[in-house]
Amino acid sequence: MANLVTVGIADLNVVKAPDTLVTYALGSCVGICLYDNEKKIAGLAHIMLPLSKDAAQGIDNKRRYADTGIMELIQTMNLQGASASRLTAKIAGGAQMFSVSSSMFNIGERNVEAVKKVLASYRIRIVAEETGLNFGRTVFFHGDTGIMEVRAAMKETKMV
Amino acid sequence: MSIQNVEQLKDIHIDVLREIGNIGSGNAASALADLLQCETNIAVPTVRLLDFNDAVKFLGGPENITIGMLVNITGEIHGMMLYIIQRAFASKMTMQLFGTDIADMMNLNDMERSLISEVGNIMAASYINALASLTGMTIDISVPTLTSDMVGAILSVPTIEFAKVGNKVLFIDDSFIIGDSEIKSNMILVPEMQSLETLFEKLGVGV
Repeated sequence: MANLVTVGIADLNVVKAPDTLVTYALGSCVGICLYDNEKKIAGLAHIMLPLSKDAAQGIDNKRRYADTGIMELIQTMNLQGASASRLTAKIAGGAQMFSVSSSMFNIGERNVEAVKKVLASYRIRIVAEETGLNFGRTVFFHGDTGIMEVRAAMKETKMV
Repeated sequence: MSIQNVEQLKDIHIDVLREIGNIGSGNAASALADLLQCETNIAVPTVRLLDFNDAVKFLGGPENITIGMLVNITGEIHGMMLYIIQRAFASKMTMQLFGTDIADMMNLNDMERSLISEVGNIMAASYINALASLTGMTIDISVPTLTSDMVGAILSVPTIEFAKVGNKVLFIDDSFIIGDSEIKSNMILVPEMQSLETLFEKLGVGV
């Protein structure tokens, strides 16, 4: 029987086919879906901020940042038998929820940029992207097909 | 000692914030009564430190559609305030003033937006005025920006801002009695840590 595994904010998880991962209501956060098509292993990380070096003292959650979160996701997938060289990526989120132009508010865009840089450093290709704009997204990532299903309020569901 | 993250706050600090919330809510209730032209009362607000997941759960789950209003705080302290308005509250306001319910939360019309922005403005200004008069500081707020979407996505904005300094958000839980119905609303306060220190020093409860 297929399970639905939830990934919270600043968290990550890995499943094998036929299970599905879900992360709810991405705003400025970014959901990173990695897939090993040969082994049918799917991983999803929900990051909040670009780089771990920006962390304040005493705050230690690696899953919060694009760089350390993606690193841990790849390691976790490797442990379950995935190969980093076979991984492809699909990303979603990074919206600007409020229309105010200030550096504080374009965090969504900065998150997406950081995610792309980190993925490029691992030579992981981004094959689908549903990012930016100004609305929240819920992401389902299907372990059997590697399809990312993106739902938004009052909008058509996208399967990419 | 300086505040590095919000979890270092003690009960006394939360009590002080609750008292400010209390005064702010009192101001807000009389302003709301004027606007809505009906009797409006308010209970003592609860002020809590909640982590993101609990805050989202409290607000009806991540995909619950709510209105979020964001206000920037500048002047002697800096930060942001997010005011969350649930459908029931928004409906109550439009019913009271226009006699019509909100047709579509995701597509508010101009009248609805303007009314809800005004209420958000009243709420934010009431709290900030309470804060300013108790501390003698000059504090300004920006014009509120409004969106309606999944509450989890809306809440990600202050949470990300807060993530640099802690795992939790400052959550003010208000309960109004408007006419004969009880209405809940929530304010999330995201101060810069330096500002929080300044604030507590001014109030005589330095960390």
